[in-house]
Amino acid sequence: MTAVPSAQTQAAAPLLRVNNIEVIYDHVILVLKGVSLEVPAGGIVALLGANGAGKTTTLKAVSNLLKAERGDVTKGSIEAMGERIDRLTASDLVRRGIIQVMEGRHCFGHLTVEENLLTGAFSRRDGRAAILADLERCYTYFPRLRERRKAQAGYTSGGEQQMTAIARALMSRPKMMLLDEPSMGLAPQLVEEIFEIVVQLNRKEGVSILLAEQNTNMALRYSHYGYILENGRVVMDGKAEDLRQNEDVKEFYLGLSASGRKSYREVKHYKRRKRWLA
Amino acid sequence: MAFFFEVVLGGLLAGVLYSLVALGFVLIFKASGVFNFAQGAMVLFAALTLVRLTEWVPFWLAFPITCAVMIVLAFIIERIVLRPLVNQEGIILFMATLGIAFFLEGFGQTIWGSDIYTLNLGIPKDPAFIMEWLFDGGLLVDKLDLFAAAVAGALVVALALFFQKTRIGLALRAVADDHQAAQSIGVPLNYIWLVVWSAAGIVALVAGMVWGAKLGVQFSIALVALKALPVLILGGFTSVPGAIIGGLIIGMGEKISEVYLGPVFGGGIENWFAYMLALIFLLFRPQGLFGDRIIERV
Repeated sequence: MTAVPSAQTQAAAPLLRVNNIEVIYDHVILVLKGVSLEVPAGGIVALLGANGAGKTTTLKAVSNLLKAERGDVTKGSIEAMGERIDRLTASDLVRRGIIQVMEGRHCFGHLTVEENLLTGAFSRRDGRAAILADLERCYTYFPRLRERRKAQAGYTSGGEQQMTAIARALMSRPKMMLLDEPSMGLAPQLVEEIFEIVVQLNRKEGVSILLAEQNTNMALRYSHYGYILENGRVVMDGKAEDLRQNEDVKEFYLGLSASGRKSYREVKHYKRRKRWLA
Repeated sequence: MAFFFEVVLGGLLAGVLYSLVALGFVLIFKASGVFNFAQGAMVLFAALTLVRLTEWVPFWLAFPITCAVMIVLAFIIERIVLRPLVNQEGIILFMATLGIAFFLEGFGQTIWGSDIYTLNLGIPKDPAFIMEWLFDGGLLVDKLDLFAAAVAGALVVALALFFQKTRIGLALRAVADDHQAAQSIGVPLNYIWLVVWSAAGIVALVAGMVWGAKLGVQFSIALVALKALPVLILGGFTSVPGAIIGGLIIGMGEKISEVYLGPVFGGGIENWFAYMLALIFLLFRPQGLFGDRIIERV
Protein backbone atom coordinates (compact mmCIF):
# COMPACT_ATOMS: atom_id res chain seq x y z
CA MET A 1 0.00 0.00 0.00
CA THR A 2 1.66 3.15 -1.18
CA ALA A 3 1.30 6.62 0.18
CA VAL A 4 -1.90 8.03 -1.14
CA PRO A 5 -2.74 11.61 -1.99
CA SER A 6 -5.03 13.08 0.61
CA ALA A 7 -8.69 13.73 -0.03
CA GLN A 8 -7.93 17.21 -1.32
CA THR A 9 -6.67 16.06 -4.70
CA GLN A 10 -10.11 15.31 -6.00
CA ALA A 11 -9.59 16.82 -9.40
CA ALA A 12 -8.64 13.41 -10.82
CA ALA A 13 -11.28 10.84 -11.69
CA PRO A 14 -12.92 9.34 -8.60
CA LEU A 15 -11.95 5.88 -7.45
CA LEU A 16 -15.54 4.74 -7.65
CA ARG A 17 -18.38 6.20 -9.64
CA VAL A 18 -21.89 4.82 -9.38
CA ASN A 19 -24.00 6.13 -12.22
CA ASN A 20 -27.76 6.20 -11.81
CA ILE A 21 -28.16 2.51 -11.03
CA GLU A 22 -31.42 0.66 -10.65
CA VAL A 23 -31.51 -2.63 -8.77
CA ILE A 24 -34.27 -5.19 -8.96
CA TYR A 25 -34.50 -8.29 -6.77
CA ASP A 26 -36.14 -11.44 -8.08
CA HIS A 27 -37.12 -9.59 -11.29
CA VAL A 28 -39.93 -7.75 -9.47
CA ILE A 29 -38.81 -5.88 -6.39
CA LEU A 30 -37.43 -2.49 -7.32
CA VAL A 31 -35.06 -1.44 -4.56
CA LEU A 32 -32.78 1.23 -6.02
CA LYS A 33 -34.42 3.78 -8.29
CA GLY A 34 -31.46 5.62 -9.69
CA VAL A 35 -28.61 6.05 -7.24
CA SER A 36 -25.49 7.98 -8.17
CA LEU A 37 -22.49 8.58 -6.01
CA GLU A 38 -18.75 9.02 -6.12
CA VAL A 39 -15.93 8.04 -3.84
CA PRO A 40 -12.66 9.94 -4.36
CA ALA A 41 -9.36 8.14 -3.86
CA GLY A 42 -8.47 8.35 -0.19
CA GLY A 43 -11.92 9.55 0.86
CA ILE A 44 -14.34 8.37 3.51
CA VAL A 45 -17.87 8.59 2.19
CA ALA A 46 -20.92 7.87 4.31
CA LEU A 47 -24.14 6.42 2.99
CA LEU A 48 -26.94 7.27 5.40
CA GLY A 49 -30.57 6.46 5.69
CA ALA A 50 -33.21 4.50 7.55
CA ASN A 51 -33.91 0.78 7.33
CA GLY A 52 -34.78 -0.29 3.82
CA ALA A 53 -33.48 2.89 2.22
CA GLY A 54 -31.13 0.89 0.01
CA LYS A 55 -27.75 1.32 1.70
CA THR A 56 -26.84 -2.36 1.79
CA THR A 57 -28.15 -2.91 -1.72
CA THR A 58 -25.96 -0.08 -3.01
CA LEU A 59 -22.88 -1.62 -1.39
CA LYS A 60 -23.72 -5.06 -2.70
CA ALA A 61 -24.25 -3.68 -6.17
CA VAL A 62 -20.72 -2.29 -6.07
CA SER A 63 -19.10 -5.44 -4.62
CA ASN A 64 -21.34 -7.60 -6.79
CA LEU A 65 -22.65 -9.79 -4.02
CA LEU A 66 -26.14 -9.06 -5.35
CA LYS A 67 -26.27 -12.07 -7.66
CA ALA A 68 -26.18 -14.38 -4.68
CA GLU A 69 -29.46 -12.86 -3.55
CA ARG A 70 -30.97 -12.86 -7.00
CA GLY A 71 -30.61 -9.13 -7.36
CA ASP A 72 -29.60 -7.47 -10.60
CA VAL A 73 -28.36 -4.07 -11.70
CA THR A 74 -30.81 -3.32 -14.51
CA LYS A 75 -29.88 0.26 -15.37
CA GLY A 76 -26.93 2.54 -14.98
CA SER A 77 -23.28 1.70 -14.61
CA ILE A 78 -20.60 1.30 -11.98
CA GLU A 79 -17.02 2.29 -12.70
CA ALA A 80 -13.92 1.91 -10.60
CA MET A 81 -10.43 2.99 -11.51
CA GLY A 82 -11.65 3.94 -14.95
CA GLU A 83 -13.19 0.55 -15.73
CA ARG A 84 -16.75 -0.77 -15.85
CA ILE A 85 -17.08 -3.24 -12.99
CA ASP A 86 -20.74 -4.14 -12.91
CA ARG A 87 -20.20 -7.41 -14.80
CA LEU A 88 -17.23 -8.61 -12.75
CA THR A 89 -17.59 -11.28 -10.07
CA ALA A 90 -16.99 -10.59 -6.41
CA SER A 91 -13.65 -12.41 -6.51
CA ASP A 92 -12.50 -10.37 -9.54
CA LEU A 93 -13.33 -7.24 -7.59
CA VAL A 94 -11.41 -8.36 -4.53
CA ARG A 95 -8.42 -8.95 -6.76
CA ARG A 96 -8.80 -5.40 -8.10
CA GLY A 97 -8.92 -4.07 -4.55
CA ILE A 98 -12.61 -3.58 -3.77
CA ILE A 99 -13.85 -5.57 -0.81
CA GLN A 100 -16.99 -5.51 1.28
CA VAL A 101 -17.28 -6.09 5.02
CA MET A 102 -20.78 -7.41 5.36
CA GLU A 103 -23.39 -6.31 7.82
CA GLY A 104 -23.54 -8.55 10.84
CA ARG A 105 -19.81 -9.34 10.75
CA HIS A 106 -20.02 -12.83 9.24
CA CYS A 107 -16.86 -14.25 10.76
CA PHE A 108 -16.00 -17.86 10.15
CA GLY A 109 -17.11 -19.15 13.53
CA HIS A 110 -15.19 -22.42 13.59
CA LEU A 111 -11.91 -20.90 12.42
CA THR A 112 -9.58 -19.14 14.81
CA VAL A 113 -9.23 -15.38 14.61
CA GLU A 114 -5.88 -15.77 12.90
CA GLU A 115 -7.24 -18.24 10.37
CA ASN A 116 -10.05 -15.79 9.69
CA LEU A 117 -7.52 -13.13 8.84
CA LEU A 118 -5.57 -15.50 6.62
CA THR A 119 -8.66 -16.34 4.57
CA GLY A 120 -8.72 -12.65 3.64
CA ALA A 121 -5.50 -13.18 1.73
CA PHE A 122 -6.99 -15.93 -0.42
CA SER A 123 -6.96 -13.94 -3.64
CA ARG A 124 -3.40 -12.74 -3.21
CA ARG A 125 -0.50 -14.19 -5.16
CA ASP A 126 2.44 -12.41 -3.59
CA GLY A 127 3.71 -15.18 -1.39
CA ARG A 128 3.60 -16.26 2.20
CA ALA A 129 6.17 -13.83 3.56
CA ALA A 130 4.22 -10.78 2.40
CA ILE A 131 1.02 -12.21 3.82
CA LEU A 132 2.58 -12.86 7.22
CA ALA A 133 4.02 -9.35 7.25
CA ASP A 134 0.53 -7.97 6.64
CA LEU A 135 -0.84 -10.18 9.38
CA GLU A 136 1.57 -8.51 11.79
CA ARG A 137 0.43 -5.11 10.56
CA CYS A 138 -3.20 -6.04 11.09
CA TYR A 139 -2.36 -6.89 14.68
CA THR A 140 -0.80 -3.49 15.21
CA TYR A 141 -4.04 -1.86 14.12
CA PHE A 142 -6.13 -4.30 16.14
CA PRO A 143 -4.05 -5.19 19.23
CA ARG A 144 -7.06 -6.92 20.73
CA LEU A 145 -7.01 -9.47 17.93
CA ARG A 146 -3.43 -10.36 18.68
CA GLU A 147 -4.48 -11.41 22.17
CA ARG A 148 -7.32 -13.47 20.77
CA ARG A 149 -5.52 -14.88 17.74
CA LYS A 150 -5.90 -18.52 18.79
CA ALA A 151 -9.53 -18.21 19.91
CA GLN A 152 -12.32 -19.62 17.79
CA ALA A 153 -13.96 -16.59 16.20
CA GLY A 154 -17.42 -17.87 17.08
CA TYR A 155 -16.66 -17.48 20.76
CA THR A 156 -15.25 -13.94 20.61
CA SER A 157 -17.28 -10.86 21.51
CA GLY A 158 -19.27 -8.82 19.03
CA GLY A 159 -16.67 -6.07 18.94
CA GLU A 160 -13.85 -8.55 18.38
CA GLN A 161 -15.84 -10.16 15.58
CA GLN A 162 -16.34 -6.81 13.91
CA MET A 163 -12.62 -6.15 14.19
CA THR A 164 -11.89 -9.60 12.79
CA ALA A 165 -14.16 -8.91 9.84
CA ILE A 166 -12.47 -5.59 9.06
CA ALA A 167 -8.96 -6.99 9.55
CA ARG A 168 -9.83 -9.94 7.34
CA ALA A 169 -10.82 -7.54 4.57
CA LEU A 170 -7.63 -5.58 5.15
CA MET A 171 -5.61 -8.74 4.50
CA SER A 172 -6.68 -8.58 0.85
CA ARG A 173 -4.77 -5.29 0.50
CA PRO A 174 -7.79 -3.34 -0.63
CA LYS A 175 -7.84 0.04 -2.32
CA MET A 176 -11.39 0.46 -1.15
CA MET A 177 -13.46 -1.05 1.62
CA LEU A 178 -17.23 -1.11 1.69
CA LEU A 179 -18.24 -1.16 5.33
CA ASP A 180 -21.82 -2.14 6.06
CA GLU A 181 -23.03 -1.04 9.50
CA PRO A 182 -19.89 -1.62 11.51
CA SER A 183 -21.69 -0.15 14.53
CA MET A 184 -24.44 -2.74 14.56
CA GLY A 185 -25.15 -4.09 18.02
CA LEU A 186 -22.05 -2.63 19.63
CA ALA A 187 -21.63 -0.41 22.67
CA PRO A 188 -21.01 3.28 21.82
CA GLN A 189 -17.48 3.14 23.19
CA LEU A 190 -16.58 0.19 20.99
CA VAL A 191 -18.16 1.87 17.99
CA GLU A 192 -15.89 4.82 18.57
CA GLU A 193 -12.85 2.56 18.91
CA ILE A 194 -13.66 0.85 15.63
CA PHE A 195 -14.28 4.11 13.78
CA GLU A 196 -10.97 5.47 15.05
CA ILE A 197 -9.21 2.44 13.59
CA VAL A 198 -11.05 2.84 10.30
CA VAL A 199 -9.84 6.45 10.08
CA GLN A 200 -6.31 5.21 10.79
CA LEU A 201 -6.58 2.71 7.97
CA ASN A 202 -7.77 5.46 5.69
CA ARG A 203 -4.90 7.80 6.59
CA LYS A 204 -2.01 5.39 6.88
CA GLU A 205 -2.92 2.65 4.43
CA GLY A 206 -4.73 4.89 1.98
CA VAL A 207 -7.83 2.72 1.94
CA SER A 208 -10.84 4.59 0.62
CA ILE A 209 -13.99 3.88 2.56
CA LEU A 210 -17.63 3.72 1.56
CA LEU A 211 -19.54 3.40 4.78
CA ALA A 212 -23.21 2.53 5.17
CA GLU A 213 -24.50 3.53 8.57
CA GLN A 214 -27.66 4.13 10.51
CA ASN A 215 -25.71 5.83 13.25
CA THR A 216 -25.78 9.17 11.43
CA ASN A 217 -24.07 11.19 14.12
CA MET A 218 -21.09 8.88 14.38
CA ALA A 219 -20.76 8.38 10.63
CA LEU A 220 -20.78 12.12 9.88
CA ARG A 221 -18.17 12.75 12.52
CA TYR A 222 -15.67 10.45 10.84
CA SER A 223 -16.43 10.84 7.14
CA HIS A 224 -15.61 13.53 4.60
CA TYR A 225 -18.71 13.40 2.50
CA GLY A 226 -22.20 12.00 2.89
CA TYR A 227 -25.14 10.81 0.83
CA ILE A 228 -28.59 10.40 2.29
CA LEU A 229 -30.73 7.68 0.80
CA GLU A 230 -34.44 7.40 1.15
CA ASN A 231 -36.61 4.86 -0.55
CA GLY A 232 -33.98 3.87 -3.07
CA ARG A 233 -33.00 7.39 -4.10
CA VAL A 234 -30.32 9.83 -3.07
CA VAL A 235 -32.25 12.72 -1.56
CA MET A 236 -29.35 14.82 -0.37
CA ASP A 237 -25.59 14.89 -0.42
CA GLY A 238 -22.86 17.19 0.74
CA LYS A 239 -19.74 17.59 2.82
CA ALA A 240 -20.07 15.87 6.15
CA GLU A 241 -19.84 19.07 8.19
CA ASP A 242 -22.48 20.74 6.01
CA LEU A 243 -24.81 17.79 6.48
CA ARG A 244 -24.33 17.99 10.22
CA GLN A 245 -25.45 21.61 10.17
CA ASN A 246 -28.40 20.99 7.88
CA GLU A 247 -31.74 21.54 9.62
CA ASP A 248 -33.53 18.61 7.97
CA VAL A 249 -30.74 16.20 8.74
CA LYS A 250 -30.71 17.42 12.30
CA GLU A 251 -34.41 16.88 12.65
CA PHE A 252 -34.74 13.52 10.90
CA TYR A 253 -31.53 11.76 11.73
CA LEU A 254 -29.92 13.46 14.68
CA GLY A 255 -33.07 14.05 16.73
CA LEU A 256 -32.47 17.79 17.03
CA SER A 257 -34.28 20.79 15.62
CA ALA A 258 -33.86 24.54 15.34
CA SER A 259 -36.05 25.14 18.35
CA GLY A 260 -33.99 22.79 20.47
CA ARG A 261 -35.40 19.52 21.61
CA LYS A 262 -39.06 19.23 20.74
CA SER A 263 -41.46 18.51 23.47
CA TYR A 264 -44.12 16.12 22.34
CA ARG A 265 -46.28 16.77 25.35
CA GLU A 266 -48.26 19.52 23.70
CA VAL A 267 -48.63 17.77 20.38
CA LYS A 268 -52.35 17.22 19.96
CA HIS A 269 -52.45 14.91 17.00
CA TYR A 270 -50.03 12.62 15.30
CA LYS A 271 -48.07 14.44 12.65
CA ARG A 272 -46.66 12.38 9.84
CA ARG A 273 -42.90 12.40 9.71
CA LYS A 274 -41.80 14.80 7.01
CA ARG A 275 -40.23 13.25 3.96
CA TRP A 276 -38.46 14.71 1.03
CA LEU A 277 -40.47 12.66 -1.37
CA ALA A 278 -43.92 12.81 0.08
CA MET B 1 -7.18 -64.75 23.64
CA ALA B 2 -5.77 -65.03 20.16
CA PHE B 3 -9.32 -65.57 18.92
CA PHE B 4 -10.52 -62.35 20.55
CA PHE B 5 -7.73 -60.36 18.91
CA GLU B 6 -8.49 -61.95 15.61
CA VAL B 7 -12.10 -60.80 15.89
CA VAL B 8 -11.02 -57.28 16.87
CA LEU B 9 -8.51 -57.07 14.05
CA GLY B 10 -11.00 -58.38 11.52
CA GLY B 11 -13.48 -55.79 12.75
CA LEU B 12 -10.98 -52.95 12.57
CA LEU B 13 -10.02 -53.85 9.02
CA ALA B 14 -13.67 -54.05 7.98
CA GLY B 15 -14.19 -50.70 9.65
CA VAL B 16 -11.50 -49.13 7.50
CA LEU B 17 -13.60 -49.97 4.48
CA TYR B 18 -16.57 -48.10 5.92
CA SER B 19 -14.29 -45.18 6.70
CA LEU B 20 -13.18 -44.97 3.10
CA VAL B 21 -16.74 -44.34 2.00
CA ALA B 22 -17.46 -42.01 4.91
CA LEU B 23 -14.47 -39.85 3.97
CA GLY B 24 -16.13 -38.81 0.74
CA PHE B 25 -19.22 -37.64 2.62
CA VAL B 26 -17.12 -35.68 5.09
CA LEU B 27 -15.25 -33.82 2.34
CA ILE B 28 -18.37 -32.48 0.71
CA PHE B 29 -20.19 -31.84 3.96
CA LYS B 30 -17.24 -29.95 5.38
CA ALA B 31 -16.86 -27.68 2.41
CA SER B 32 -20.44 -27.00 1.48
CA GLY B 33 -22.65 -28.13 4.32
CA VAL B 34 -24.41 -30.47 1.92
CA PHE B 35 -25.04 -34.08 2.68
CA ASN B 36 -24.11 -35.72 -0.60
CA PHE B 37 -26.51 -38.58 -1.09
CA ALA B 38 -24.76 -39.46 -4.33
CA GLN B 39 -21.53 -40.58 -2.66
CA GLY B 40 -22.53 -44.24 -2.87
CA ALA B 41 -23.43 -43.86 -6.53
CA MET B 42 -20.08 -42.19 -7.13
CA VAL B 43 -18.34 -45.17 -5.54
CA LEU B 44 -20.20 -47.48 -7.90
CA PHE B 45 -19.61 -45.30 -10.94
CA ALA B 46 -15.89 -44.99 -10.22
CA ALA B 47 -15.49 -48.72 -9.62
CA LEU B 48 -17.38 -49.60 -12.81
CA THR B 49 -15.31 -47.19 -14.85
CA LEU B 50 -12.10 -48.56 -13.41
CA VAL B 51 -12.97 -52.23 -13.85
CA ARG B 52 -14.14 -51.84 -17.42
CA LEU B 53 -11.10 -49.79 -18.33
CA THR B 54 -8.77 -52.48 -17.00
CA GLU B 55 -10.16 -54.73 -19.72
CA TRP B 56 -8.52 -52.46 -22.31
CA VAL B 57 -5.53 -50.90 -20.62
CA PRO B 58 -3.21 -51.93 -17.79
CA PHE B 59 -4.16 -50.93 -14.27
CA TRP B 60 -1.50 -48.24 -13.87
CA LEU B 61 -3.08 -46.43 -16.81
CA ALA B 62 -6.70 -47.17 -15.96
CA PHE B 63 -6.40 -45.61 -12.51
CA PRO B 64 -5.33 -42.11 -13.64
CA ILE B 65 -7.88 -42.20 -16.45
CA THR B 66 -10.62 -42.95 -13.93
CA CYS B 67 -9.33 -40.10 -11.75
CA ALA B 68 -9.68 -37.82 -14.76
CA VAL B 69 -13.20 -39.12 -15.37
CA MET B 70 -14.16 -38.32 -11.78
CA ILE B 71 -12.79 -34.79 -12.11
CA VAL B 72 -14.74 -34.26 -15.32
CA LEU B 73 -17.80 -35.57 -13.51
CA ALA B 74 -17.22 -33.05 -10.71
CA PHE B 75 -16.94 -30.33 -13.31
CA ILE B 76 -20.23 -31.34 -14.93
CA ILE B 77 -22.03 -31.58 -11.58
CA GLU B 78 -20.79 -28.13 -10.60
CA ARG B 79 -21.91 -26.62 -13.91
CA ILE B 80 -25.27 -28.27 -14.31
CA VAL B 81 -26.48 -28.85 -10.77
CA LEU B 82 -24.67 -26.74 -8.20
CA ARG B 83 -24.18 -23.47 -10.01
CA PRO B 84 -27.86 -22.82 -10.71
CA LEU B 85 -28.64 -23.69 -7.09
CA VAL B 86 -26.13 -21.36 -5.51
CA ASN B 87 -27.25 -19.92 -2.17
CA GLN B 88 -30.26 -22.18 -1.93
CA GLU B 89 -31.25 -23.94 1.26
CA GLY B 90 -29.24 -27.00 2.26
CA ILE B 91 -32.26 -29.23 1.85
CA ILE B 92 -32.62 -28.21 -1.81
CA LEU B 93 -29.01 -29.12 -2.52
CA PHE B 94 -29.56 -32.39 -0.69
CA MET B 95 -32.52 -33.19 -2.97
CA ALA B 96 -30.33 -32.33 -5.96
CA THR B 97 -27.75 -34.89 -4.80
CA LEU B 98 -30.53 -37.47 -4.64
CA GLY B 99 -31.11 -36.77 -8.32
CA ILE B 100 -27.40 -37.10 -9.05
CA ALA B 101 -27.41 -40.47 -7.24
CA PHE B 102 -30.20 -41.88 -9.40
CA PHE B 103 -28.64 -40.51 -12.55
CA LEU B 104 -25.20 -41.94 -11.82
CA GLU B 105 -26.53 -45.36 -10.90
CA GLY B 106 -28.52 -45.56 -14.13
CA PHE B 107 -25.98 -43.91 -16.39
CA GLY B 108 -23.05 -45.90 -15.03
CA GLN B 109 -24.75 -49.20 -15.57
CA THR B 110 -26.03 -48.16 -19.00
CA ILE B 111 -22.61 -47.43 -20.41
CA TRP B 112 -20.56 -49.95 -18.45
CA GLY B 113 -23.07 -52.78 -18.08
CA SER B 114 -24.67 -54.19 -14.98
CA ASP B 115 -22.93 -57.55 -14.60
CA ILE B 116 -20.72 -58.43 -11.70
CA TYR B 117 -17.13 -57.73 -12.63
CA THR B 118 -14.11 -58.98 -10.79
CA LEU B 119 -11.42 -56.46 -10.11
CA ASN B 120 -7.99 -57.90 -9.63
CA LEU B 121 -5.56 -55.64 -7.83
CA GLY B 122 -2.81 -58.23 -7.93
CA ILE B 123 -3.00 -58.87 -4.22
CA PRO B 124 -2.83 -62.54 -3.35
CA LYS B 125 -6.07 -63.96 -2.01
CA ASP B 126 -4.50 -66.29 0.51
CA PRO B 127 -4.72 -64.96 4.06
CA ALA B 128 -1.63 -64.02 5.99
CA PHE B 129 -0.66 -64.88 9.51
CA ILE B 130 0.76 -62.01 11.50
CA MET B 131 2.24 -61.58 14.97
CA GLU B 132 3.24 -65.20 15.27
CA TRP B 133 5.84 -64.12 17.82
CA LEU B 134 3.05 -63.01 20.13
CA PHE B 135 0.27 -65.51 19.64
CA ASP B 136 0.47 -69.17 19.14
CA GLY B 137 -0.14 -69.73 15.46
CA GLY B 138 -0.49 -66.02 14.74
CA LEU B 139 -3.52 -63.98 13.74
CA LEU B 140 -5.34 -64.65 10.51
CA VAL B 141 -5.88 -61.58 8.34
CA ASP B 142 -6.86 -60.89 4.77
CA LYS B 143 -4.04 -59.27 2.79
CA LEU B 144 -6.55 -57.15 0.92
CA ASP B 145 -7.81 -55.75 4.21
CA LEU B 146 -4.28 -54.80 5.18
CA PHE B 147 -3.87 -53.06 1.84
CA ALA B 148 -7.14 -51.19 2.39
CA ALA B 149 -5.99 -50.06 5.81
CA ALA B 150 -2.73 -48.72 4.40
CA VAL B 151 -4.55 -46.85 1.65
CA ALA B 152 -7.05 -45.36 4.09
CA GLY B 153 -4.26 -44.22 6.39
CA ALA B 154 -2.44 -42.53 3.55
CA LEU B 155 -5.63 -40.82 2.39
CA VAL B 156 -6.40 -39.47 5.85
CA VAL B 157 -2.95 -38.02 6.29
CA ALA B 158 -3.10 -36.42 2.86
CA LEU B 159 -6.55 -34.95 3.47
CA ALA B 160 -5.73 -33.70 6.95
CA LEU B 161 -2.66 -31.90 5.60
CA PHE B 162 -4.72 -30.51 2.75
CA PHE B 163 -7.38 -29.07 5.06
CA GLN B 164 -5.07 -27.75 7.76
CA LYS B 165 -2.02 -26.58 5.89
CA THR B 166 -2.98 -25.33 2.46
CA ARG B 167 -4.52 -22.14 1.25
CA ILE B 168 -7.33 -23.97 -0.50
CA GLY B 169 -7.96 -26.12 2.54
CA LEU B 170 -8.43 -23.01 4.64
CA ALA B 171 -10.78 -21.58 2.03
CA LEU B 172 -12.75 -24.84 2.07
CA ARG B 173 -13.25 -24.58 5.80
CA ALA B 174 -14.23 -20.93 5.42
CA VAL B 175 -16.85 -21.80 2.81
CA ALA B 176 -18.22 -24.47 5.13
CA ASP B 177 -18.78 -21.85 7.82
CA ASP B 178 -20.28 -19.05 5.79
CA HIS B 179 -20.86 -19.09 2.03
CA GLN B 180 -21.65 -15.42 1.78
CA ALA B 181 -18.72 -14.20 3.80
CA ALA B 182 -16.40 -16.43 1.78
CA GLN B 183 -17.70 -14.85 -1.41
CA SER B 184 -17.26 -11.38 0.04
CA ILE B 185 -13.55 -11.92 0.61
CA GLY B 186 -13.06 -13.18 -2.91
CA VAL B 187 -13.27 -16.96 -2.60
CA PRO B 188 -15.00 -18.17 -5.77
CA LEU B 189 -17.54 -20.78 -4.69
CA ASN B 190 -17.58 -22.48 -8.08
CA TYR B 191 -13.90 -23.23 -7.89
CA ILE B 192 -14.14 -24.51 -4.31
CA TRP B 193 -16.96 -26.84 -5.24
CA LEU B 194 -15.07 -28.14 -8.21
CA VAL B 195 -12.09 -28.92 -5.97
CA VAL B 196 -14.12 -30.61 -3.30
CA TRP B 197 -16.27 -32.71 -5.63
CA SER B 198 -13.16 -33.80 -7.47
CA ALA B 199 -11.55 -34.82 -4.19
CA ALA B 200 -14.70 -36.66 -3.17
CA GLY B 201 -14.73 -38.35 -6.58
CA ILE B 202 -11.18 -39.61 -6.11
CA VAL B 203 -11.93 -40.81 -2.59
CA ALA B 204 -14.96 -42.60 -4.08
CA LEU B 205 -12.68 -44.21 -6.63
CA VAL B 206 -10.35 -45.51 -3.93
CA ALA B 207 -13.28 -46.82 -1.92
CA GLY B 208 -14.80 -48.39 -5.03
CA MET B 209 -11.50 -50.01 -5.91
CA VAL B 210 -11.11 -51.65 -2.51
CA TRP B 211 -14.74 -52.67 -2.16
CA GLY B 212 -14.80 -53.85 -5.77
CA ALA B 213 -11.79 -56.05 -5.18
CA LYS B 214 -13.48 -57.51 -2.13
CA LEU B 215 -17.06 -58.02 -3.28
CA GLY B 216 -16.78 -57.73 -7.03
CA VAL B 217 -17.94 -54.59 -8.82
CA GLN B 218 -21.71 -54.69 -8.77
CA PHE B 219 -24.68 -52.55 -7.95
CA SER B 220 -24.68 -53.45 -4.27
CA ILE B 221 -21.51 -51.46 -3.60
CA ALA B 222 -23.63 -48.33 -4.04
CA LEU B 223 -25.38 -49.48 -0.89
CA VAL B 224 -22.28 -49.57 1.28
CA ALA B 225 -22.93 -45.85 1.54
CA LEU B 226 -25.71 -46.75 3.96
CA LYS B 227 -23.15 -48.25 6.32
CA ALA B 228 -21.21 -45.01 6.13
CA LEU B 229 -24.10 -43.12 7.70
CA PRO B 230 -23.70 -44.46 11.23
CA VAL B 231 -19.95 -43.98 10.84
CA LEU B 232 -20.56 -40.29 10.13
CA ILE B 233 -22.94 -39.87 13.02
CA LEU B 234 -20.40 -41.44 15.33
CA GLY B 235 -17.34 -39.62 14.09
CA GLY B 236 -18.98 -36.31 13.25
CA PHE B 237 -19.92 -35.06 9.80
CA THR B 238 -17.13 -32.49 9.74
CA SER B 239 -14.14 -34.49 10.88
CA VAL B 240 -11.76 -36.45 8.68
CA PRO B 241 -10.15 -38.33 11.59
CA GLY B 242 -13.69 -38.80 12.95
CA ALA B 243 -14.67 -40.70 9.82
CA ILE B 244 -11.76 -43.06 10.34
CA ILE B 245 -12.24 -43.62 14.04
CA GLY B 246 -16.00 -43.89 13.63
CA GLY B 247 -15.44 -46.57 11.01
CA LEU B 248 -13.04 -48.48 13.25
CA ILE B 249 -15.41 -48.39 16.22
CA ILE B 250 -18.33 -49.57 14.16
CA GLY B 251 -16.38 -52.28 12.36
CA MET B 252 -14.96 -53.58 15.61
CA GLY B 253 -18.25 -53.26 17.52
CA GLU B 254 -20.10 -55.20 14.86
CA LYS B 255 -17.74 -58.11 14.90
CA ILE B 256 -17.37 -58.31 18.66
CA SER B 257 -21.10 -58.13 19.29
CA GLU B 258 -21.78 -60.67 16.56
CA VAL B 259 -19.34 -63.16 17.98
CA TYR B 260 -19.94 -62.68 21.69
CA LEU B 261 -23.52 -61.44 21.93
CA GLY B 262 -24.79 -63.23 18.84
CA PRO B 263 -25.50 -66.54 20.55
CA VAL B 264 -27.58 -64.72 23.22
CA PHE B 265 -29.74 -62.72 20.80
CA GLY B 266 -29.84 -65.34 18.12
CA GLY B 267 -27.40 -63.70 15.69
CA GLY B 268 -27.73 -61.07 12.99
CA ILE B 269 -26.45 -58.34 15.28
CA GLU B 270 -23.97 -57.27 12.65
CA ASN B 271 -26.83 -55.93 10.56
CA TRP B 272 -28.30 -53.54 13.07
CA PHE B 273 -25.53 -52.84 15.55
CA ALA B 274 -24.17 -49.79 13.68
CA TYR B 275 -27.58 -48.14 13.44
CA MET B 276 -28.30 -48.76 17.11
CA LEU B 277 -25.02 -47.15 18.09
CA ALA B 278 -25.77 -44.20 15.80
CA LEU B 279 -29.16 -43.76 17.43
CA ILE B 280 -27.59 -43.57 20.87
CA PHE B 281 -25.11 -41.00 19.62
CA LEU B 282 -27.86 -38.91 18.06
CA LEU B 283 -29.60 -38.81 21.41
CA PHE B 284 -26.63 -37.84 23.53
CA ARG B 285 -23.95 -36.33 21.33
CA PRO B 286 -25.41 -35.19 18.01
CA GLN B 287 -22.20 -33.60 16.74
CA GLY B 288 -20.43 -36.94 16.99
CA LEU B 289 -17.11 -37.65 18.65
CA PHE B 290 -15.02 -35.19 16.66
CA GLY B 291 -17.49 -32.97 14.85
CA ASP B 292 -17.42 -29.20 15.15
CA ARG B 293 -19.30 -28.03 18.20
CA ILE B 294 -22.40 -26.12 17.31
CA ILE B 295 -21.48 -22.62 18.43
CA GLU B 296 -24.25 -20.73 20.16
CA ARG B 297 -23.69 -17.34 21.64
CA VAL B 298 -26.40 -15.48 23.46
